[in-house]
Amino acid sequence: MGSLALKNITKSFGKVEVIKGIDLEVEDGEFVIFVGPSGCGKSTLLRIIAGLEDASDGTIEIDGAGVTATPPSKRGIAMVFQTYALYPHLTVRDNMSLGLKQAKRPPAQIAERVDVATKMLSLEPYLERRPAELSGGQRQRVAIGRAVVRKPKLFLFDEPLSNLDAALRVNTRLEIARLHRELGATMIYVTHDQTEAMTLADRIVVLNGGRIEQIGTPMELYNNPANLFVAGFIGSPQMNFIDAGDLGREDARTIGIRPEHIAVGSEKGDIAGRVSHVEHLGADTNVYLDCGEAGLICVRLFGEHQFEIDSMLNARFDPSRIYRFDGEGKAIR
Amino acid sequence: MNKARHSPVHSIAAHAILIAYTMIALFPVVVIVINAFKSRKAIFRAPLALPDKDSFSLIGFETVLQQGDFLLYFQNSLIVTVVSLFLVLLFGAMAAFALSEYRFRGNTLMGLYLALGIMIPIRLGTVAILQMMVASGLVNTRTALILVYTAQGLPLAIFILSEFMRQVSDDLKNAGRIDGLSEYRIFFRLVLPLVRPAMATVAVFTMIPIWNDLWFPLILAPAEETKTITLGAQVFIGQFVTNWNAVLAALSLAILPVLILYLIFSRQLIRGITSGAVK
Repeated sequence: MGSLALKNITKSFGKVEVIKGIDLEVEDGEFVIFVGPSGCGKSTLLRIIAGLEDASDGTIEIDGAGVTATPPSKRGIAMVFQTYALYPHLTVRDNMSLGLKQAKRPPAQIAERVDVATKMLSLEPYLERRPAELSGGQRQRVAIGRAVVRKPKLFLFDEPLSNLDAALRVNTRLEIARLHRELGATMIYVTHDQTEAMTLADRIVVLNGGRIEQIGTPMELYNNPANLFVAGFIGSPQMNFIDAGDLGREDARTIGIRPEHIAVGSEKGDIAGRVSHVEHLGADTNVYLDCGEAGLICVRLFGEHQFEIDSMLNARFDPSRIYRFDGEGKAIR
Repeated sequence: MNKARHSPVHSIAAHAILIAYTMIALFPVVVIVINAFKSRKAIFRAPLALPDKDSFSLIGFETVLQQGDFLLYFQNSLIVTVVSLFLVLLFGAMAAFALSEYRFRGNTLMGLYLALGIMIPIRLGTVAILQMMVASGLVNTRTALILVYTAQGLPLAIFILSEFMRQVSDDLKNAGRIDGLSEYRIFFRLVLPLVRPAMATVAVFTMIPIWNDLWFPLILAPAEETKTITLGAQVFIGQFVTNWNAVLAALSLAILPVLILYLIFSRQLIRGITSGAVK
């Protein structure tokens, strides 16, 4: 009860084309995350699925039924917004029940559903408060509750954690993961934060410039990026890209190696560099090596390490973890 | 914090300027009110003196109230002002919502066209307006005044309100759409309460010129039964003799209703936007 199919969706604002033909199938119960840099069209795509924006072309199907011309309230969706978007003049209870009241559901059913959602999100103490009397984390829980109460076929999240501080973000992330398990509902989630994407998603859709760059599970994207963009976007710190010529290789145009797949030492490795900066993060140490022609290379070492700035180090790449890209940026497999 | 707030010199200077301005602005009002309570001789002998035992007199108010029609004039002014105000706020807010919320061909052009009314005084069109009112048989009706004042107030209302409505969170309106609220409910229940302070500002700016206007009542509705209070007060100003007691008393009375309306709206101005909707 919650599959989604997008067929050749395009969207233009005036002459600017923001979505350039997107095909996507989401299965029932899947947690799919759209990631991409700002302006890649991920939020617009979500709004098109919600029906808040009309697609210029293409069709949308929810549960096999075409909804391209259906208004948002009739699509069987619920949306959680970045800014919470609670109704300021209504109490938490009324905020959660408004949608069902509009749909003319019997009061007993409304009360029961609000009750269930309240327990699920531990909102009992706040039911009679107004949004102004709640903290940011509580407001976002109410917004999620408002979505849960609707029992939608499809949950849509538009960067729901961006306005929360770091600690709350982790908590709310866990809450959303738990919710997905308990409800078994289909969820589509937009974020620019790749940690959220990696931790929550069943499948990630990487968008860039209005096109899908790659679709896959988090580990597929990490281990087998289809092109330079995905390789650079997934993983933090970012993958190092080096001109193949600088390494004396001729089987590719660009060589990619993740910071965590480089070892450093005094014996001769793939490349040598001067230590230009060291970041101590406790669990990790990030070392930046200035390798002349090849540029700045980031090495991520586990645990605590000490290095002298300006000392010379040799870096050795894990040969099984080297990615090769051709002249068009496509991965060579 | 602003540095100027901490400096006593700046603080005194700012207050001095504000107090001076307040005195200049209030001076004519005070002169009108104190002289309304004085006898005719006292008005001319010492216009700035407060009424005392000898000079105190309510003759002005007696004359005004004995003229009998004054209650009617009051009623006319109130009806015209309140109805025009209501129409300006309603249609102004609706047009502003359409301009700020919906993308349609000619949106910017429409906004400019509506804003043009702020720059061109409506009185330039008096002759045409009079011809129109004569042709439609609306001369000497309150409807004529209400129509003209609504047209006069709309441009500024739309200009100010559309600016404020742009700031209302899109997410909030979209949440309403997903919950199945109609566009009208979104407008009346979600957007209007959030722009209430702007509505109050517009109300004050719209109301005062309408209440004080002499021009259109004189031209469009000078008949006895449709006279407004400002026009009514003119009966005491003659070519040769002016009954100053009555004029001042009438003006003092005319201040009251507009003062009450202002107090109602200014409470809204101070109360501020209901917070907590977003962020």
